[in-house]
Amino acid sequence: MGARGTNVRLTAADREMLDGRHGEAARFAMSVVVRMAEVQDAAELLSIEQAHIDACALMSPSSLELVERLVDGGGRVRVPTTLSMVSLDLENWRRLGVPAAFADTALRIANAYRALGCIPAWTCAPYQGYLTPRFGQQIAWGESNAVAYANSALGARTNRYGDYLDICAAITGRVPNVGLHRTENRRGEIVFRLVEETTDAWRAPEAWAALGHLLGEASGDRVPVIEGLPPIATIEQLKALGAAAASAGSVALFHVVGLTPEAPTLAAALYGRPPVDRIDVTPGMLDRAWEDLSSGEGTSGRRLDAVVLGCPHLSYAEFETLAAAIAARGGRVHPDTRFLVITDVQSHALARRGGLIEPVERFGATIVFDTCPFHSPIVRRDAEVLMTNSGKCAYYAPGELDVRVAFGTTADCVRSAVEGHVVREASPWA
Amino acid sequence: MGVIVNATPVVPGAAEGGIVRSHLPISLWGGVDPATGVIIDRRHDRCGASIAGTVFVFPSEKGSSTGSAVLLELIRSDHAPAAIVTERLAPIVALGAIVADELYGRSVPILVLPEGGADGLAEGARVRISHDGSIDVISTPRTSDAMW
Repeated sequence: MGARGTNVRLTAADREMLDGRHGEAARFAMSVVVRMAEVQDAAELLSIEQAHIDACALMSPSSLELVERLVDGGGRVRVPTTLSMVSLDLENWRRLGVPAAFADTALRIANAYRALGCIPAWTCAPYQGYLTPRFGQQIAWGESNAVAYANSALGARTNRYGDYLDICAAITGRVPNVGLHRTENRRGEIVFRLVEETTDAWRAPEAWAALGHLLGEASGDRVPVIEGLPPIATIEQLKALGAAAASAGSVALFHVVGLTPEAPTLAAALYGRPPVDRIDVTPGMLDRAWEDLSSGEGTSGRRLDAVVLGCPHLSYAEFETLAAAIAARGGRVHPDTRFLVITDVQSHALARRGGLIEPVERFGATIVFDTCPFHSPIVRRDAEVLMTNSGKCAYYAPGELDVRVAFGTTADCVRSAVEGHVVREASPWA
Repeated sequence: MGVIVNATPVVPGAAEGGIVRSHLPISLWGGVDPATGVIIDRRHDRCGASIAGTVFVFPSEKGSSTGSAVLLELIRSDHAPAAIVTERLAPIVALGAIVADELYGRSVPILVLPEGGADGLAEGARVRISHDGSIDVISTPRTSDAMW
């Protein structure tokens, strides 16, 4: 074990860090980076230009011990670095009823990452805000949905950085030169062809989430290419697709022919080679994927305990959709239901200026910053039924929150919250 | 009995334990409770099983990049598997084991199987894992049942 006798080709600067000449935190971080380079069979390391840290999200004793050790060791990030979620709404946790002991540890973790020089964006959707990466830029991002978006929609290059390799990469500015950092590994391998023209179906981002769910389950570790989607898409649609695909599977890069930057044509997405596999996607398959995001029978008509919108964090456009759905339905959230809107402070500030916060709050929604229900205790423990428009939330909620899930559109979520029980429209392909 | 599978040590180490065998990819975050080591992903074939102290065998990793933090916490709190054996390289799992070694000076071995290597690793069999990656099947499920 240990990185000193490594086969990885290191620069003089890499060796200095590994030898501890830039402090204990840099030594620790470089040791982790080099050992991962060995695991991944990298010949050398590569410099990155920015990082996004997911390691701050999980609240555990080891998570705190690790980051405080980096701070004590004089750690400082070498590239512009944004922070993903922390396990607390840093502004409103008292009002949300988070226990003080829980908050204390979360605050220590948050403060330690700030002390390392990270930018306190506290969002799982960094592509909505500050520091959007350029096409072709080498970056080290954690948070699976952000990774999928950066690679696929923006054409930046990152692997799926696991917790603590992300902060180690930010501190050293170096990563193993493997995987999606390298052009040859970005080739599309499995083609999903949408066999029927169903342009109307694709208006709702939830339809893209259903496709993402299908993609995640069927792609394995191969890079998927989608053929047949409309040639125009919103950030929110691609976000929904990537988040669902990265939850149901391990998709870190997908190409959409005629839409994403590395796929002007099918041949370009495949790098001129034949695909490894082809799957014809029928409306029936998409309808099944949509239904599979709900926990089967047993939610329709049942008391609705919680609604979660904003997984990943709600964008300005999603606030618009929500405000429009509220205006269309009228009424207020039922007293038995907690309606959570999870977002980041940047999107919230814009939404406030756009006049979108007032109607959402008047509706009875609770707006939460910086975190999500999987990392912070903001959904009641005794909740039994949760509704969401997110493929990612629908995938993880049954295990993480011990609830039954109903998946539906934003309009379905609003209507259900007013009535206090689950009401769902059929999928666009039913 | 006496079957040996030669796996590649990704994070080398010695261990012994009973096999919990899964046929589906797993995300450790969202898949395993970091405080107990019990599988919580309702879509997973071993949901409800505890992987603490076992040799956990599964095809590949998927999902969340927080999986490494879950393994680190499992190791810290002594709820980690004795070893993790996968059919395809699982970098996020390996990362959790490496960070545990760097932070606490202890870890669990991570191995990747050769093609078809999982066939010799049945649920409930007891195996001994060596630094070189060899997996020695020391008792089959049936004899285990007879013993306990």
